[in-house]
Amino acid sequence: MQGLIIIIITAALLDNVVLSQFLGICSFLGVSTKTEVALGMGGAVVFVITIASAVASLLYDFVLAPLSLGYLDTIVFILVIAALVQVVEMFFKKSIPSLYNALGIYLPLITTNCAVLGVALNNVTYGYNFIESVLCGLGTAVGYLVAIVMLAAIRERCEGCEYLESFKGVPMVCICAALMSIAFFGFSGLNI
Amino acid sequence: MNKHFENPFIDTIYNGIVRENPTFVMVIGMCPVLAVTTTASNAIGMGLSTTAVLILSNMIIAALRHIIPDGVRMPAYIVIVATFVTVCDFLMEAYTPELYQSLGVYIPLIVVNCIILGRAEAYANKNTVYLSCADGIGMGIGFTIALLIISSVREILGAGEWFGNPIYTASDFFAPIEILIKSPGAFLVLAVLIAAKNKWKWVSDKKMEEDAKKAIRES
Repeated sequence: MQGLIIIIITAALLDNVVLSQFLGICSFLGVSTKTEVALGMGGAVVFVITIASAVASLLYDFVLAPLSLGYLDTIVFILVIAALVQVVEMFFKKSIPSLYNALGIYLPLITTNCAVLGVALNNVTYGYNFIESVLCGLGTAVGYLVAIVMLAAIRERCEGCEYLESFKGVPMVCICAALMSIAFFGFSGLNI
Repeated sequence: MNKHFENPFIDTIYNGIVRENPTFVMVIGMCPVLAVTTTASNAIGMGLSTTAVLILSNMIIAALRHIIPDGVRMPAYIVIVATFVTVCDFLMEAYTPELYQSLGVYIPLIVVNCIILGRAEAYANKNTVYLSCADGIGMGIGFTIALLIISSVREILGAGEWFGNPIYTASDFFAPIEILIKSPGAFLVLAVLIAAKNKWKWVSDKKMEEDAKKAIRES
């Protein structure tokens, strides 16, 4: 039990997916203009990463590993993720239209979010079992949600500020992300 | 910066390296840019493997552009790219085990690098194999150069080394800024380099405008 909690905290805070592993940077920089938008994207990512790591883990343990096809993991996982995003999208559209309308446009973007594939591959590398994989996926996704919402909030505050012309746009966002990354170093003091 | 060449092959390569540099101008495919630029040798390894995948996948996609049905083109591209990435992954594991260890999960993640799918969608499925090959070479070299610049800044200022060779030793005068090789340093160096590029482009655009005005006045 203690081990499982440590996996979640490590994935969410200590080894934050965006700020220290640098996965999912494209959407982190691109979709963090407004807090609500960032929340929508983060919510969709939490959903997809958790399901994708569960499916990928089952698939690896019961199909790829017994047939000694472990070397096909990259190809199989990316196809499963792409298919899964489609299925999740159709499921939401049919049964939870309100959630679909909120997340709608962000779902297709997630296929190319490298955090999803990265978590699935990391779970295989670390040799996690099913439950550990799901928890690691959930922790990673929560870390992503926290980071993107915080960055969006900082960017909203920066909008009215005056700074050098050449730092407009991406450079300013990167500076904000760097400061957040320094702040997240504080979590490495957690004694677990 | 906005120079054009007569030869379409060379012009496409120049386009990838300077005019539409994936990292500094288009700002896509940023995950490896931030993650593997701790040392210059990692950056070169990542840059060259991405270049190889990019050239091969661009050529195959351009060759198959009339055969792949429009509705399923994305999954088809992903399978083609994933195949080359897996081949590249095995080759690196066999021949450069040290590099393979230090790049880790970022090699299989070349599959979801936005540059590769982006070029497939924006260039290779509309152009000939010959030009798509040039586009792959240009974009790949542009990406490698960007990685090399960022990693050189980080490694020289952050660790006092370049390609693992010590350049200077810490003294009272200047000690390596260790934070640059840690994760915040990646964001900081990238921010400063893109800002410098913006400034340079601003100045050169202004100069071109003045030159054009001057030419009109003289005529």
